Amino acid sequence: MSSDGRKTVRISYREAMRQAMRDAMLRDPRVFLMGEDVGRYGGCFAVSKGLLEEFGPERIRDTPLSESAFVGAGIGAAMGGMRPIVEIMTVNFSLLALDQIVNNAATILHMSGGQFNIPLVIRMTTGAGRQLAAQHSHSLEGWYAHIPGIKVITPATLEDARGMLWTALEDPDPVLIFEHGGLYNMEGEMAADAGAVDIEKAAIRRSGTDISLITYGGTLGKALQAAEELAKSQISAEVVDLRTLRPLDTQSIIDSVTRTHRALVVDEGWRSGSISAEISARIMESAFYDLDLPVARICSAEVPMPYAKHLEESALPQTAAIVETARQMVGVRG
Amino acid sequence: MPPQATTPESAPAPEHSLMLLREMLRIRRFEEKCAELYSGGKIRGFMHLYIGEEAVAVGAMQVLQPDDAIVSTYREHGHALIRGVPAKTIMAEMYGKQEGCSRGRGGSMHLFDAATRLYGGNAIVGGGLPLAVGLALADKMQGRERVTACFFGEGAVAEGEFHESMNLAALWKLPVMFCCENNLYAMGTALRRSESETDLCLKASSYEIPAWPVDGMDVVACEEAARHAYLSVHSGGGPCFVEFRTYRFRAHSMFDPQLYREKQEVEEWKKRDPLVILQSRLEQQGLLNAEDLARFEDEIGAEIAEAVEFAEAGTWEPVEELTRFVYSESSRS
Repeated sequence: MSSDGRKTVRISYREAMRQAMRDAMLRDPRVFLMGEDVGRYGGCFAVSKGLLEEFGPERIRDTPLSESAFVGAGIGAAMGGMRPIVEIMTVNFSLLALDQIVNNAATILHMSGGQFNIPLVIRMTTGAGRQLAAQHSHSLEGWYAHIPGIKVITPATLEDARGMLWTALEDPDPVLIFEHGGLYNMEGEMAADAGAVDIEKAAIRRSGTDISLITYGGTLGKALQAAEELAKSQISAEVVDLRTLRPLDTQSIIDSVTRTHRALVVDEGWRSGSISAEISARIMESAFYDLDLPVARICSAEVPMPYAKHLEESALPQTAAIVETARQMVGVRG
Repeated sequence: MPPQATTPESAPAPEHSLMLLREMLRIRRFEEKCAELYSGGKIRGFMHLYIGEEAVAVGAMQVLQPDDAIVSTYREHGHALIRGVPAKTIMAEMYGKQEGCSRGRGGSMHLFDAATRLYGGNAIVGGGLPLAVGLALADKMQGRERVTACFFGEGAVAEGEFHESMNLAALWKLPVMFCCENNLYAMGTALRRSESETDLCLKASSYEIPAWPVDGMDVVACEEAARHAYLSVHSGGGPCFVEFRTYRFRAHSMFDPQLYREKQEVEEWKKRDPLVILQSRLEQQGLLNAEDLARFEDEIGAEIAEAVEFAEAGTWEPVEELTRFVYSESSRS
């Protein structure tokens, strides 16, 4: 039982995501899943394992290795009255479908003067940490967040893995879901009756008074660990999980920074031209005089992701670096 | 060289032939007016004229039913007109007025119309093909017996999206009628300069899609070929591919000095002008007289004048509405 008395179950992020898809398929006959190896193989990361047996090949569709065609087909099917979930194995592969995502999914509502909306959900894996090198490990969700017309969400908790998909499917416009590959095996307790959650608001995952650690997706866990570590030195860190990168919940960020007066953004994307840069700019625009010192950022090193474990680890934002930077920031009084 | 004249297998009813001629004339006169308005600064942006290719849209569109879908390219004025999008809302769109068929958000290259199921106006070569596959997939999954007609130029066959879409449509036996408008030039690049294999039907056939070429300057032949394809697609036979061999008489867009082709070649093709072919055939058969033609010109002239008047009188969307239609205004799909 959880603290609020609800019955809980032990579950993995992967299983929570699978439950979300299964639930959506049961609730709405217009929902179907298509992508590479989602059926017989069970999904590249085993997220859709068992769904083919339950729902059949019409609704769990294996596709050829044709990202542009099956993403575009998702757009067309959405306009034709279906509610497709398109799975792309990794964010790097999604680049083969950029034309469809950027030139069609994001534009058709506008180009048609509001006549054709695209109720499409695209799921893909993002992020590093599994020694998959430079063509399977990048974090390009910040890139996608640049584009008006689509929504970008990044479930980082079991509840969000379970609950964001249905809300995304109910949304009238294209929603891209970025699932950090390092999260699939994460296990924990989740309310047995967990259901749909909003896809608009950032969440305070830990309250604090000295510094705001602003992050999302695969680095949320690292930020929470860092906050735990900082607490041992009597530093009270607040952890903000953005959850949605577009539209960005600026107000929650500003509210947190107004409370703590210090902001450290942790982002697995590269630093230059990144979502962390955007967050930093918004804090500067709206909370400049509340800051005790400049916004700081911890991002991935600006290299294509290397294979060797020690190099990959050194390229990524790590808990120790968050702790160290936060300590220095709190030590510096404005 | 232009294909030689062919005689269609069966002659259509006289009234139908006259209607085909009138519809081609509508596109021709409409676009001549567009060119004039472009020169006068009323229409801006990129504008691509269909003049010379009218037989394809008019022929193919005859076989489509109201609940079928159409995906087209940036050279789509003809498709939109013949599909039934009012000339006045097309013209208003080109003016950028909010009474336009895309509220002035799309312009010449992005004509959309929900009422006639026209899904654009896609200005990325090859980009519309996956959309057509998806529309057809939705129909198939929902048990609707509808066809999606997808128009694209021969330039698209060099794109990966063409091959991916051919394969997917054939693999899933989807009701798509692929209408390739082969006007021999991808902007300024001749087919023979860009494709190692210039037989376009062979490419479609390699995906197990029935494919055949047709004289795209003969509207009756175009209609026949389209009907053949439509019946096959509609009966659940999966996609078909028709190569309409046609030619664009005008420049690629309004900024094209046409350095890539000889004037002589254009003149040769103009001898096979689709309007001239049908008109002389009808005259020979005694089915067309000068009065008919004069009446068509009058009616079409009036329609275009009304369209221009409508566009002129149209209003500019208030700038305060700039960010509308980025996301839907109702919160549920």
